[in-house]
Parts: sequence; C-alpha cells; structure tokens
Amino acid sequence: MPQLLAMVQNGTIPPLAWGMVAVVAFLCLGSLAAILIPRTAGSASYADLKPRMASWWVMAALVTAGVIGGWQATAALFALVSFLALREFLSLAPARQEDRIPILLAYLTIPIAYLFIVVNIYMFYLVFIPVYVFLALPFIMACIGQTRGYLASTASFHWGLVTCVYNLGFIPLLMRVPRWDAPQAGAVGLVFMLLVATEANDVFQYVCGKMFGRTKITPKVSPNKTWEGLIGGWVLTSGLFLLIGPMFTPLHGVGLWVTALALPPAGFAGDLTFSAIKRDIGVKDTSHLIPGHGGMLDRLDSLTFTSPLYFHLLAYYSLATY
Amino acid sequence: MGWLRFVLIRTILRPLALFLTGADVVDRQRLPFVGPAIIAGNHNSHMDTLLLLSVFPARALKWVRPVAAADYFLKTPALSWFSRNVIGIVPIERVKAGQGVDVLAPAREALEKGAILVIFPEGTRGSNEQEMGPLKSGIARLAAEFPQATVTPVWIQGAGRVLPKGAFLPVPMNCCALVGEAIEWTGDQARFLGALRESLEDLRQKAPPLQWRDPGAAT
Repeated sequence: MPQLLAMVQNGTIPPLAWGMVAVVAFLCLGSLAAILIPRTAGSASYADLKPRMASWWVMAALVTAGVIGGWQATAALFALVSFLALREFLSLAPARQEDRIPILLAYLTIPIAYLFIVVNIYMFYLVFIPVYVFLALPFIMACIGQTRGYLASTASFHWGLVTCVYNLGFIPLLMRVPRWDAPQAGAVGLVFMLLVATEANDVFQYVCGKMFGRTKITPKVSPNKTWEGLIGGWVLTSGLFLLIGPMFTPLHGVGLWVTALALPPAGFAGDLTFSAIKRDIGVKDTSHLIPGHGGMLDRLDSLTFTSPLYFHLLAYYSLATY
Repeated sequence: MGWLRFVLIRTILRPLALFLTGADVVDRQRLPFVGPAIIAGNHNSHMDTLLLLSVFPARALKWVRPVAAADYFLKTPALSWFSRNVIGIVPIERVKAGQGVDVLAPAREALEKGAILVIFPEGTRGSNEQEMGPLKSGIARLAAEFPQATVTPVWIQGAGRVLPKGAFLPVPMNCCALVGEAIEWTGDQARFLGALRESLEDLRQKAPPLQWRDPGAAT
C-alpha cells in the first residue's frame, strides 16, 4: 500500500489511470450503500438511491467515453447536453406563443458557439452569447411585436442561454488546452478535476446534509439545504482539491487555494439558484430524464456555476493558452 | 411490411420524437404492452401520435395502431401510404358517421386481432391545450364491445407547442405524457365517458407547466 501511494505521488502510475480507478471505486461504494442502506434504514427517503446510483454509472461512462474520444467527442457530448438542458429550460421559462421562432433561434446558438470551439477562436466564443446573442435575440423578439410579457421572456431566455450553453461550453473549451500548458495530466486532467470537484461537492453536501443536517439555510427556497451540509461539503471538497488538484492541473500556491475554496460555494450557489427558479415555476424537477436525479438541469445546476469560475481561475493563475 | 414500419419507427421517427419532445413519461409501467387494449389521449398536435408511438417498448410496437381520420390521412397517395404502412393507422371515416355506415368497423377488426389502439376521443386536434373538447362516444362503444380491453388514459402536455395545428415548422420543446390508471367499462356510456374525462382532467392537473404564458389571455 505505501508503495502504491508512492507510485501515485511520483507519477509512475499516470494520474488519470488511478483517478479513474478511484472514481470506479467510489461508484462501487455508492452502489453498495444503495443496496445496503434501504435494507437497514427501511426509510422511504432512501428509495431513490438505487436509480440514482445507476444513473451515476451511466453518466460516468458517457463522460469517460467523451474525454477518451478527445476534444471532438467531448464537444459533441456537451453540445447534446447543452441542447437537452436548454430545451428543459426554455420549456419551463415564461415563453409566449410568439416566441416559437426565437426559441428555435436560441437552439441555433449551440452549433454556432460550438463552431467557435471547433475552429478554436476563443475570443469569438467569449463574446458570442453574452454580447451578440444578448443583443440580437431581444431585438428579433421586439420585431415580432408581442410586447406583453416581453421583458420576462427575453430576460429568462438569456439567462437560460448563458447557463445551459455558454457556461457549460467552457468544458469542451478546456479540452482544447495543449499538453504543454497542462503537463500534469493534459486537458483531460483539467476537465476531470472540474467534474470530480463539482460532483463530489454535490455528493458530500448531500451526505453531510443527510447525516448532520439541522440548521436550514433557506427554508423558503430549498428546505433540504443545511449549513451542516454546505460546510461539510465545502471542507471535504476543498480538502480533496488541495490534495489531488496539483496532480491533474497546473494550479499551485495561491491559485490552488483560491480555486479549492471557491468551487464548493459556487456549486452550492448554482444548486440554490436553480432551486429558486424551480420553486418559482412550481416544479420539483425539471424533467424525468435521469432516473433518480430528475432532469438534466437538476444534475447540472451546480456545474453551470462552477465551470465558468474554474475556467477563469485556471486561465488567470495557470494557463498560457487563455 | 411490418419490418419496414418497425425499422423506420425505431431509427427515424422515435429519435425525431425524442429530439423534438424529450418524450418524458410519468408512470410508464401503467401502459399496456399486449392487446387488445385502448389508449385514450388528448389531442393538440400531430406530435401526440409520434410521441405515443415512441413511448412503447420495441416488443409492443407492432400492436400499437393509432386511430386516425381517413378524410385527412388518406388524402394523397403518399400520405396515405405513409399513414398506413409506417404510422400504422386504423382509418376511420369520421365524415360518414351518422349516415348508417359502421365507421368503427376497422377499429373493431384491429382490436379483434389484439391491437393496442391509440384513440384521441376528442376526434380532432384542439387549438387550446388547456381545454379538452367534448369526448366522442366511439371509444365507449368499443369499450363496451371489448370489455377485456383496458382503456388507459394518457394526458400529453406540451405537444401543441412543438407543432401547433396549422404550423409546418416543429420547435423542440419538452413534452410530458402522464399515464393514468386503466378505466373499467361500467356498463353505461355516459358514466364511462365521464370517468375518462375526469381521469384526463386529473392527469392535466398533475402535469408540469409546459405551456405558453400569456398574461393577457383570460385565465
């Protein structure tokens, strides 16, 4: 065992190899818990653990297949993910009959934004949705001429486009980082670390909340969120990031600490913000796409907040590419 | 031709329905997988048929037959071929109803062969998703003649946004199909239609708000 640890530390075993082994080990552990806990606890609140774990396996397999396939496959996967997330969002957003064409145009931003990832023009990606789509779509909607509910529709469409398309697109954009800029584990290592930190934070918050949760943070928005869950998840995720972050990313020193400390509250913020939206609309889940989790947005809520932040911190502290 | 229908539905129509609607199903386990059985859905869009063809497992697909208006779907030779051989419709000559013609004969024949009939008892596509039109009595007559066939209500929310009546360009938006408990034939047409309507209204209440917001419209 100590030899194995030493081999991990000195890089004899590539980080992504043991990283994947660790992910699979945690999934096995989770599946075991999903089988055992409902038997002992006998509580209905654990009933969705099994489909929840089954979905984790499927998602892990899909993302793994994506990153193994290189930036092209990752881009294709996340273009699809963005489409599904945006379709969920626009279907629940306050849209009017006259918004059918603007909604169709909103989907069109996905292939265009991804085109900038394919041809690798970072500057265009950066401004396309937040500047050009931001201005053009409300203009088109003004030309269509229905002013009733206009501001609510234009504003929520833009919010959906930024979270579902723009923010998630930073993941395939990270895949375009050349090896020399992230020598630890390449571009895949950057994406791996973001996904592990975000999803681990979700799980740690969930587990800490279930085990120690007492003090509710925002009972009006999301009664399941507790200070114990938030802080437990924060400490565990930041600790994990400080420990393995340097093996997957070029982050070190201040940059490592800032990123490790900033990601967990960002994930929490994403989760809570989407909870407020769901509560406003009057739904518990955004769809039933992912068994045990709900819709695409129920799973991605935290990632839509962590990915742009992670990208920015990486670019600021460590990457020469961006 | 059965294999061609199966292949076209599984490789083209079902992926298209998933792309356009998400085909979100609540209580899928309530759907019958063997006939004779009747599915009763609300009707706002051609997407309804596409969606219902897509929610059944592959092994049940060959039994699923949507009941459709002959005057509309058999209008041109190409549409007629597609409707009969790919969608697998059971054509009903609704315009001849009440003229002494047994318009239900093809539906009866299909049920005898063990079909899972998809019926839209409103008889036509409604323009307003929030209101169901009056239910036609044909479904009750079929239920009376085939008491062994369960009648399963399905409320489809959101299809009228993907492809409203009169529109040509579909826009992808999530739809939700809510499957209700099967309804028994009670021996009385009016009571049966009332129970079916009540069940569909209940499902509508439970449906997620996949609908247009129009603050100016009367609520």
